[in-house]
Amino acid sequence: MKCLGEEYMINLKLLRTIFYNMSLFQQWAFLVKEALDKSFLVAKFFCAIHVTDTYLFSTALVHGPSMLPTFNLNGEIVLLDRISTRYGKVGPGDVIIIRSPESPRKVVTKRIIGMEGDTVTYVVDPQNSDITKTIVVPKGHIWVEGDNIYNTYDSRNFGPVPYGLLQGKVFWKIWPTSAFGSIARRPQTVDPALKVME
Amino acid sequence: MGTKNILLNVFKKYLAIGLVGITVTDRYGGVCPIRGSSMSPTFNPSLESFTDDYVFLEKFCLDKYKFSHGDVVIFSDPTNYKERCVKRILAMEGDYISNVGGVVKVPEGHCWVEGDNSASSFDSRSFGPIPLGLIHGRVTHIVWPPQRIRKIDRRIPQEGLAM
Repeated sequence: MKCLGEEYMINLKLLRTIFYNMSLFQQWAFLVKEALDKSFLVAKFFCAIHVTDTYLFSTALVHGPSMLPTFNLNGEIVLLDRISTRYGKVGPGDVIIIRSPESPRKVVTKRIIGMEGDTVTYVVDPQNSDITKTIVVPKGHIWVEGDNIYNTYDSRNFGPVPYGLLQGKVFWKIWPTSAFGSIARRPQTVDPALKVME
Repeated sequence: MGTKNILLNVFKKYLAIGLVGITVTDRYGGVCPIRGSSMSPTFNPSLESFTDDYVFLEKFCLDKYKFSHGDVVIFSDPTNYKERCVKRILAMEGDYISNVGGVVKVPEGHCWVEGDNSASSFDSRSFGPIPLGLIHGRVTHIVWPPQRIRKIDRRIPQEGLAM
């Protein structure tokens, strides 16, 4: 370690002497080249981050009451897998992130209940009645529902969602640390006490 | 040892160019070929032209998802997410549009797209209004072949207008 430090000091001194012996133009050119090199490095790093975030793994903050009890009210940070949605390797029971069909700038978390061609039976209005409806999910679409059926705005309101709106599959929770772990495939039974939440 | 170093350097250079290229195409704009004749005569006006039209797609509009009537957009096919379609936006959310089955109101966050060549276009008249989230970008110019380089204007066809 000591000899590395000495080499570094010698190189610094050498560079300094060379620099002060250059003409003004050469000094300016050297600084510009250094600045460009550093900014290219930063740009390449940013591009690497973007590619990983869009095509490999990403993170998201999940908050709101629609996925209780799987995700809590205040917010949890999760890891998204972008590879399986690109190749269609998702199925019923997976928790996924979709771009909201009603406001494209918003991204929502729901669970897949049915893929294209599946027959889905759902309770139209669990707060008030027990009427159920059965539909067949059209081609190229998926049916999503929140785990907390008493307080969720999902396919029962906006209909089946085109598969192209899928952004990623949630597969791991990373924050808070008490919730660290994988996501259960089937939604846990909803406590009837949650029904009073408005 | 020398060739291994050279190979590594070439690989690193291509990786950097690839990453930068992917990022720029995803965030700012890229070039895309147009297949099919659903947008004749705007794109691919004749079947005998020696090459498909290539267009420049801009992605700045995806920041705020602000589109207008007459924009030509590229979006994922709602019946098959792996395919992409190019059509013109005829009606935005809240507009009413007359379709063969009656009058349709375009819901919030959606738009109604139709191809310029109504005779051979699989568009909103078949699959209904599409969510704006499916859109990948807006077409601004044709960039190839050279004799067809031009800007694509916002144009609303005269029939079947939104009320």
